[in-house]
Amino acid sequence: MVQTYEPKSDYKVVGTRPIRHDGLDKVTGRAVYGADVKVPGLIWGEVLRSPHAHARIKSIDTSAAEAAPGVYAVATNADFPDPRAGEIDSGEDVVNFERDTKNLLAKDKVLYKGHAVAAVAAVDRNTAIEATKLIKVEYELLKPVRNVDEAMAKGAPILMEDLVGDDLGEDVRNTNVARHFRHEFGEVEKGFADSDLVVERTFTLQMVHQGYIEPHNATAIWDESGHVTAWSSTQGMFAVRDQTAGMLRIPESQVTVYPVEIGGGFGGKTKVYLAPVAAILSKKSGGRPVKMIMDRNSVFEASGPAPGGKITVKMGVTKDGKIKACASDLRYEAGAFPGSAIGAGAICIYGCYNIPNSRIDGYDVVVNKPKSAAYRAPGSPQAAFAIEQVVDEICDQMNWDKIKFRLDNASREGTRRGDGVMFGKVGLIETLEAARDSDHWKTPLKPSTNGMLRGRGIASGYWMNGGGKSTVDLMLQDDGTVAMNEGSADIGGTRASIAMQVAEVLGLPAEAVHPFIPSTDSIGFTGTTGGSRTTYATGYAGWQAANKLVGEMSKRASVLWGIDPSDVKFAAGKFSSGSDPELSIGFKDLAARIGDTGGPITTTASVNLAAAGAAYGVHICDLEIDPDTGKTDVIRYTAVQDVGKAVHPSYVEGQIQGGVAQGIGWALNEEYFITDSGSMANHTFLDYRMPTSLDMPMIDTILVEVPNPLHPYGVRGVGEVPLAPPLPAVANAVKDATGKRILDLPIKPGRIIEAMGS
Amino acid sequence: MELPQRVHVRTTINGQAQEFLVPPYMSLLDTIREIAGLTGTKEGCLDGNCGACTVSIDGRIVDSCLVLGAEVDGKSITTVEGLATAKGLHPLQQAFLEEAALQCGICTPGFLVAAKGLLDNEPDPSEERIRHWLAGNLCRCTGYDKIVRAVQKAATASH
Ligand code: FES
Ligand code: FES
Repeated sequence: MVQTYEPKSDYKVVGTRPIRHDGLDKVTGRAVYGADVKVPGLIWGEVLRSPHAHARIKSIDTSAAEAAPGVYAVATNADFPDPRAGEIDSGEDVVNFERDTKNLLAKDKVLYKGHAVAAVAAVDRNTAIEATKLIKVEYELLKPVRNVDEAMAKGAPILMEDLVGDDLGEDVRNTNVARHFRHEFGEVEKGFADSDLVVERTFTLQMVHQGYIEPHNATAIWDESGHVTAWSSTQGMFAVRDQTAGMLRIPESQVTVYPVEIGGGFGGKTKVYLAPVAAILSKKSGGRPVKMIMDRNSVFEASGPAPGGKITVKMGVTKDGKIKACASDLRYEAGAFPGSAIGAGAICIYGCYNIPNSRIDGYDVVVNKPKSAAYRAPGSPQAAFAIEQVVDEICDQMNWDKIKFRLDNASREGTRRGDGVMFGKVGLIETLEAARDSDHWKTPLKPSTNGMLRGRGIASGYWMNGGGKSTVDLMLQDDGTVAMNEGSADIGGTRASIAMQVAEVLGLPAEAVHPFIPSTDSIGFTGTTGGSRTTYATGYAGWQAANKLVGEMSKRASVLWGIDPSDVKFAAGKFSSGSDPELSIGFKDLAARIGDTGGPITTTASVNLAAAGAAYGVHICDLEIDPDTGKTDVIRYTAVQDVGKAVHPSYVEGQIQGGVAQGIGWALNEEYFITDSGSMANHTFLDYRMPTSLDMPMIDTILVEVPNPLHPYGVRGVGEVPLAPPLPAVANAVKDATGKRILDLPIKPGRIIEAMGS
Repeated sequence: MELPQRVHVRTTINGQAQEFLVPPYMSLLDTIREIAGLTGTKEGCLDGNCGACTVSIDGRIVDSCLVLGAEVDGKSITTVEGLATAKGLHPLQQAFLEEAALQCGICTPGFLVAAKGLLDNEPDPSEERIRHWLAGNLCRCTGYDKIVRAVQKAATASH
């Protein structure tokens, strides 16, 4: 039985906006990120990458590099111990270490431009870079497979000869489709037959990058005892530990990972690219510490983008404004190895709607592009782009109010999601109502006075959020403050949001709880900061550990007073006796007495939460298009989101605003522009062109708080869902402005001009 | 191994006179980080397109990855480590904290140094002016909203 909690309202700390604990280090330049790690005797590693998108490696000659002055070691895939083949359930994740080692250093084939082929360790970074140029690789060129259509075409070049695809449970060989699955319930075809309007549209999407500003990095020592010590900017130090151990085939206990500050991840820093390679180079260099930093081109060309692909949505509605049936076909690019976000995309596509007759087909397709990785609500923004435009078109054709239609068909407690799962308590209706009642929606968009085309779009989005394993340790200090160790990487304010939940229980100010993130050897297992799980799950562990601390302190008060522990109550920062009103002691005064009532107090709590509370967002976008150039400027934007309970509202707003900016970039101009030869033409920030401060308006946020009953403070994950609605909100606004619906991302100026001309 | 030729550089970093021997190809970014040991200045792209490496040279804002260490002889450099004084944080640093203008924080040093360059010369910039000035600094976490507000707040606070 899952524990549930009644909503609470009398918060002291939760819901306030203290200065985050790690803020000072980050505004003074003192904070240590991965690239800042200094270890005595440090040498540098660098990677040689494939210039071809698809080729067989005939030979690699490393002798000249090895002989070069200043070079310590050269590594290739042959330096990995024989990997465990097949998929392994690592307890957290299904992993395939054989493929992972091939992604880190190519074996027989290179599968994308930028695929790592060999690595060098040398006395400094420049020497290492120069030495990579001395490695000779002979390639036999193969035709690149650049998108899902090419990959699924008859006679397509096959990326992985050993891939056994799963087509609805049947084994398939000689294929680029790693998996085809289906979710279905109701009578879909009958639903379409009974509909008054059926709209079917096909959308295409390109890969996009998470675009974190800090490149991947790792520093590692593989010492003479066989122990690996690593420092890496990561969303999960335990993930680095487990992936490194898995690829190097040593026990996890033989790897210690020290977390360092992380300069953005958005899902892209959940997979390791460098740590095992740095460890191999270290071992081959006699145990010297090896540091590696990926250059920006390689971050684009070789580290996890979000999948592009192709999505078809067919929706049928009846005249009374109800969705009768929906069938969708989602084909996502996994990149060079299987494992796109197709599973999550299929879960999310109908997340906002109650659809009685429902079918979803999902395809995971390998192509000659970098292996895709998670990106903020992985799979959901693509799905939202498709379904939310179909909904918009239906409302336009039927002349229906776009919020009323969504309200009439909204998912609610008991609705079945597209994969059949039943919703718990969700806040979509409240979020839609808040959007409807917002100043933005109620204020009609004024036409432009200087010949620009203006339009307004609205769209919703869904993300299920994650739970999982987390650990928090608390140590009571005798000055009445609390030291807190937690295992979650802090990517943007979770030290504060966890510490605040602890402080809330203890009746302390947020500043009296001191968060610290220790190494993998110093805290219980904690899952990766991903799935919007951290404030929810690690915060939950913090809440439990804090309650245990209250329990321990109550015992000490009972020792002090010679009464039964069950008679001690804790409220408003004071311990008191339930029967004797004379007996009362403040938190701080009792903390000063722990020495003479039994010694130090530490508590720990570990959780493994099966469920989480889902998140919904509804976004309204006003934009302006220059009809001569097609340039689009977003002029007003409001993001409404059910956040459960905003622990630190400033950082909740910040998560939403950041997601919106990424979504606007994805909608309007971000893409992997792939050439005929299969390489990415725009692999610099200049050409990839993420939004700058000049491209963005202020982003208004409306935080709706429908408490999540699964968390004592009602917390829901907030970080990911804000990336889902912007893509369709922008697309729907472009349709409103121009009268043309654009089905292909990005909606760049050329595409708008082309659509308007047609 | 033959030691590369090095260039003798005398410079001032955050008010302190410094002297280095730098390889002729070494960027100012690497000189500051690897030789002077000041790692507050960050690397994001090494091609002048993210602004994480922003420092000021004689009061001018530059991407330090695009300048050679050998070029700063006789010049005065300010990095993020030079913003706070014994009296406390710079108003921009304080405003960034109060306005939650950072999430991961990797872009923050560059934004602080760039914004200081603006406020030193224009104490009361408009929102548009701030957005224009900071357009060379990428932030992927915040959507810029709170950064712009923090700069506005610091401008008001320094009057
Ligand atoms: S590192 Fe210098 S601009 Fe990006
Ligand atoms: S706070 Fe992360 S890039 Fe700006």
